[in-house]
Amino acid sequence: MGSFGSLLDGFGTALSPLNLMWAALGVLLGTAIGVLPGIGPAMAVALLLPVTYGLDPTAAFIMFAGIYYGGMFGGSTTSILLNTPGESAAVIAAIEGNPMAKSGRGSQALAAAAIGHFAGGMIGTVLLVLLAPTVAKLAVDIGAPDYFAIMVLAFVAVTSVLGASRVRGFASLLIGLTLGLVGLDQMTGQQRLTFGSLQLADGIDVVIVAVGLFAIGEALWVAAHLRRGSGTAVPVGRPWLGRAELRRTWKPWLRGPLIGFPFGAIPAGGAEIPTFLSYVTEKRLSRHRKEFGKGAIEGVAGPESAASASAAGTLVAMLTLGLPTTAVAAVMLAAFQQYGIQPGPLLFEREPDLVWGLIASLFIGMVMLLVLNLPLAPVWARLLRIPRPYLYAGILFFAAVGAYAVGGEPVDVVILLLIGLVGLMMRRYGLPVLPAIIGAILGPAAEQQLRRALQISDGSLTGLVNTPFSVTVYGVMALLLAWPLLRRLRR
Amino acid sequence: MRPRTLLPSLTALAATLLIPPLLTTSSGAETGTNIPGLRFMVPNTPGGGYDITARTAAKNAEDAGLVHNIEVFNLPGAGGTVGLSRLVSERGNGKLAMSMGLGVVGAVHTNHAPSTLADATPVARLTEEPDIVVVPKKSRYRTFAQLLADWRKDPGSLPVGGGSSAGGPDHLAPMLMARAAGIAPRSVNYVPYDGGGELLASVLGGKVAFGVSGLGEYRDQIESGELRLLAVTGKERVRGFPAPTLREAGLDVEFTNWRGVMAPPGLSESERTRLERLVRELRGSPQWRESLRRNGWDDAYLPGARYGRFLAREDQRVATVLKELGR
Repeated sequence: MGSFGSLLDGFGTALSPLNLMWAALGVLLGTAIGVLPGIGPAMAVALLLPVTYGLDPTAAFIMFAGIYYGGMFGGSTTSILLNTPGESAAVIAAIEGNPMAKSGRGSQALAAAAIGHFAGGMIGTVLLVLLAPTVAKLAVDIGAPDYFAIMVLAFVAVTSVLGASRVRGFASLLIGLTLGLVGLDQMTGQQRLTFGSLQLADGIDVVIVAVGLFAIGEALWVAAHLRRGSGTAVPVGRPWLGRAELRRTWKPWLRGPLIGFPFGAIPAGGAEIPTFLSYVTEKRLSRHRKEFGKGAIEGVAGPESAASASAAGTLVAMLTLGLPTTAVAAVMLAAFQQYGIQPGPLLFEREPDLVWGLIASLFIGMVMLLVLNLPLAPVWARLLRIPRPYLYAGILFFAAVGAYAVGGEPVDVVILLLIGLVGLMMRRYGLPVLPAIIGAILGPAAEQQLRRALQISDGSLTGLVNTPFSVTVYGVMALLLAWPLLRRLRR
Repeated sequence: MRPRTLLPSLTALAATLLIPPLLTTSSGAETGTNIPGLRFMVPNTPGGGYDITARTAAKNAEDAGLVHNIEVFNLPGAGGTVGLSRLVSERGNGKLAMSMGLGVVGAVHTNHAPSTLADATPVARLTEEPDIVVVPKKSRYRTFAQLLADWRKDPGSLPVGGGSSAGGPDHLAPMLMARAAGIAPRSVNYVPYDGGGELLASVLGGKVAFGVSGLGEYRDQIESGELRLLAVTGKERVRGFPAPTLREAGLDVEFTNWRGVMAPPGLSESERTRLERLVRELRGSPQWRESLRRNGWDDAYLPGARYGRFLAREDQRVATVLKELGR
């Protein structure tokens, strides 16, 4: 039986009234959880696990998948409106989304994000159905040298977001890299920049760095200028996407999954790096490059679509190999085991009803989420009509709650405020914030892969270029870097 | 709705929906094993090993009617030592317990934590799980003896993958194996991964020569033939798998990843026995036996003082290994 036939059976399972109800409950819960910063979908699924013990596994997993995708949808809402990312995959959405919201195009940004999620999730799930076994085999072949090559590529791409002043851009990147260094070194167990504090041993959560630099930094900056500023509330524009905007966004929506899906499927991919790569790509390809940083809709559409497709990619590794590539997938795997189901290569054969029901429910969940989120966009956008002093007070409150919720530690709130002060200083001296965030995300990942690659090769540098994949990536990179030089030479 | 009222109403809505579940308080009369207001701390993130143990134990204890309401909460950080510090600071609190395991023993050393397990009250050891030694299908090692011979010759050229960072269970297992094999732990080429899942990909892809981790995520891969199980590190073989124990394969060492329960220091005699009795009756309940079976955990119940002596021995063993590694 082909996967198409199995998928139809899956729809049969997922469309039963009871399972539809669980899917709806899941997406609602997921959206609510995504909107609140700090409480991620992983925590939500883990907390619900004992509650769903009595359910049959199919229903439970349909609900978990709803929470997972719903969290992805909801995470970008606060990111766009309040500059407060609810989770790390939504960090990039704040960069273009928030300026859009401030200039009165909040509902367009939200709609672009919602449709981006829908498109990314749909395409990602289709790819999941068609390619799951193939991708899974390839994913296993990706090793540390390959990851490191991708990271180097990402670092090269960073130069395009450094802003007008290279020195300031690099300074900002270094601030991010330093924040990323904090914590216990995983290879040796050595403490770095922890000042003997146990609370810092696990490093600083990316969400705290992003919320601190974006939301707190911004709120302090606004507070410092409020008396001089006009103090007018944000204008509210048209509620829907216009034709011109649609023309600008349809390509990013379709391109996002191409970047996001493979990253989700590989074991150490995650959702942050593809969103960032998608952002850089859209910036390169856009005809409105000057608008980037001031509210370019492509910068919302592409990354959001990539984030959603990477969520689908995650399920490939989880369902076909029993490999969790994100925290949510790890919790869902634990859930499989609690139900006495062994996730792994035999899962598709042993539990076809469960797997295909789950996949079908992803399609249904996505439609539900779009129907839920599109009409909500203008409603959410009206939040911004709240006078600025109250609005920013609210942002500070939510940011603090979110930071506390990440680990339940008061220390995190202090760290948040300190990073917020750094953010204020960066704005004061014209340092762009984006490179710092990217440094905090990429730095630790790149370091880990570099050291892992060298450890596996027992210290030999050839360990970095001993795979065809890594050689290809370095080759492409060299071409990209040499291209402008070659063109100049010809002239 | 006017925008001025929108934010407050949304906040109120969010508060009504979210705060009650966060603040569930326990009630119930003090009868038998019931400890009203008992809180069970998990020193790592939701979904981790200690978390699943704690939530399963709490649910089973409630279903078996031993307690009315246990609140499970997470205080993750620094391999469990943040939670341990909190536990130790709650001196005399008879309504708090912490789920923990071998990983915390190592984390205390690598983090130079101010509070150690010797500062807390041991309640009981609950479960244990052996580690396994696996190679990919295409590996040239068919038996553990072949692997061992090559490992002895040149430890640096055989990278070992494990699912935990330095000081964690998957790190200790290969180090103990190396020591028993006469290989200096320092020359072991250990590559840490973020949990058993990430390690699995790397073993399947042949990135490391062999992997050492818990059986959990690997069962299916072994059954389908993608991975070859060379040995198990426990005292006995694992049912359903033909692989030998390390002792049978000629290496005089035994290793299991255990989990247990600790309580704050300074408890009164009655508070301590009450907690121990609760765990003892939980262990005897059919609900707990069913959970053991479901999760593939082995019963390793060891009560109070005996568990304390076991902890001291484990601490010694971990400290020796880490010292030889120069940490």
